[in-house]
Amino acid sequence: MAPQNNNAAPLRVRNLTRRFGENTVLHGLDLDLAPGSFTALLGRSGSGKSTLLRTLAELDPAPEGARLELPRPVAVAFQEPRLLPWKTVWQNVSLGLPGRDARPRAEAALEEVGLSHRVEAWPATLSGGEAQRTALARALVRSPRLLLLDEPFAALDALTRIRMHALVLELWRRHGPTTLIVTHDVDEAVLLADRVLVLEHGRIAEDVAVELPRPRRHADPGFAALRRRLLEALGVSLEEAA
Amino acid sequence: MSDTQAVPAPRGLLPGAAAGLRRPTLRRSALPPKLRRFLSPLVLVLLWQAASMAGLIAPRTLAAPTAILASAWELTLSGELPSHLLVSLGRVLSGLGIGLSAGIALALVAGLSKLGEEIVDAPMQMLRTMPFLALVPLFILWFGIGETPKIALVALGAAFPVYLTLFSGIRGVEPKLVEAGRIFGLDRRGLIRHVILPGALPSALVGLRYALGSAWLSLVIAEQINATAGIGFLVNDAREFLRTDVIVVGLLVYALLGLGADALVRLVERRALAWRPSLVKE
Repeated sequence: MAPQNNNAAPLRVRNLTRRFGENTVLHGLDLDLAPGSFTALLGRSGSGKSTLLRTLAELDPAPEGARLELPRPVAVAFQEPRLLPWKTVWQNVSLGLPGRDARPRAEAALEEVGLSHRVEAWPATLSGGEAQRTALARALVRSPRLLLLDEPFAALDALTRIRMHALVLELWRRHGPTTLIVTHDVDEAVLLADRVLVLEHGRIAEDVAVELPRPRRHADPGFAALRRRLLEALGVSLEEAA
Repeated sequence: MSDTQAVPAPRGLLPGAAAGLRRPTLRRSALPPKLRRFLSPLVLVLLWQAASMAGLIAPRTLAAPTAILASAWELTLSGELPSHLLVSLGRVLSGLGIGLSAGIALALVAGLSKLGEEIVDAPMQMLRTMPFLALVPLFILWFGIGETPKIALVALGAAFPVYLTLFSGIRGVEPKLVEAGRIFGLDRRGLIRHVILPGALPSALVGLRYALGSAWLSLVIAEQINATAGIGFLVNDAREFLRTDVIVVGLLVYALLGLGADALVRLVERRALAWRPSLVKE
């Protein structure tokens, strides 16, 4: 088991502006995430959500004028699992871990995501769900205080996605990192997060608290209302969505 | 093992298909498929032998297969062939050692740093367009006619394929994997060791195979330069005496060495690239 993560820190972003040439992708964006909260970030493609995530992960350097307070360590799971094909599952999970106990730690994380039986497997032999579980284990094993998920389930089939949703919630509950999931799937956002943000034109256009009890079901009346509101914020009418 | 007789076609299911599957086993199963491939070359050699015996092919044009085998045996027993073979192998190994080291070193410099690329890559790309065997006259002027130009030519032949494939392999590593490595705490050294070099390995091994082929070719050419020992010398010497049997023995040795080298690289590939999807399934 990875150690309990009790000291989650808040995330604070002020005045984040990012331009690519003429194109302003993020526009003086402010963002606060409570310690240990689970937030979903919705937005149409091109709304800047991936750019925001890359900045939070420090994959891109922080632009001038912005102030960032980011909980560390950070871990990311991407849409493609990004496993190194020439390393076995446990080697991928323990990648970059310092110390001699890397393997037992990797094995513990793999056990948590239900992959104890694939510890020695090559990534080429994994199913899509197994590869994404490995990516989650690789994120978990670092006991992150900030967990960033970049459309991690978009490429999975519907059944596998349901399982992964349950797994992510379980891991979040157990380890408590401040979690931000970027998605374009309104249902996924409402199903998982306590708070849903809609990003539009580089600003947060909508900030909705989700106060439905877990486990959440699509059939809940509250669910449908939230879904409608978020779809409207995204500029999709219900006739189109149906 | 693919003994087609071992699995009888199931009865009752798709009788037409079953009969179709079984038909080949009746006539051709006398030889396993692997041996069957050698059937047609064998027939050709037999025809060649027959033509030689009937006097249709003069020995000074091409010796009979039996004569070739006999002189191969003779040359081996007398120690002549092994000693020439050792000389040729020595040239190839030292040339390969130099060429591969230089190619790998230059590719690492050019592949891993922008400055290195600017300095190294442009001249290498220009030089590679030149058929390197055309350098033989210059090499003779520079290095004389001893061992040095021969080894230098082999080294040159081996360096370029390895340089080109390793360089492009390094540059072709999936940037998303490099990014993932960076996120998970690898520093530059860790990235090179765990992400970039393993990612470039498949391409580099293809280059190694090309390099070996190119090294043999260079050896053949190099050994035409006033050699006093080596397989090339054996062949040239035989030409003086119209000994086509010995010439063919030399050619066969070259061919076998090339095959052996190729098999060696395949073995290395199978071990080093065990993770590749095509190999994983076996």
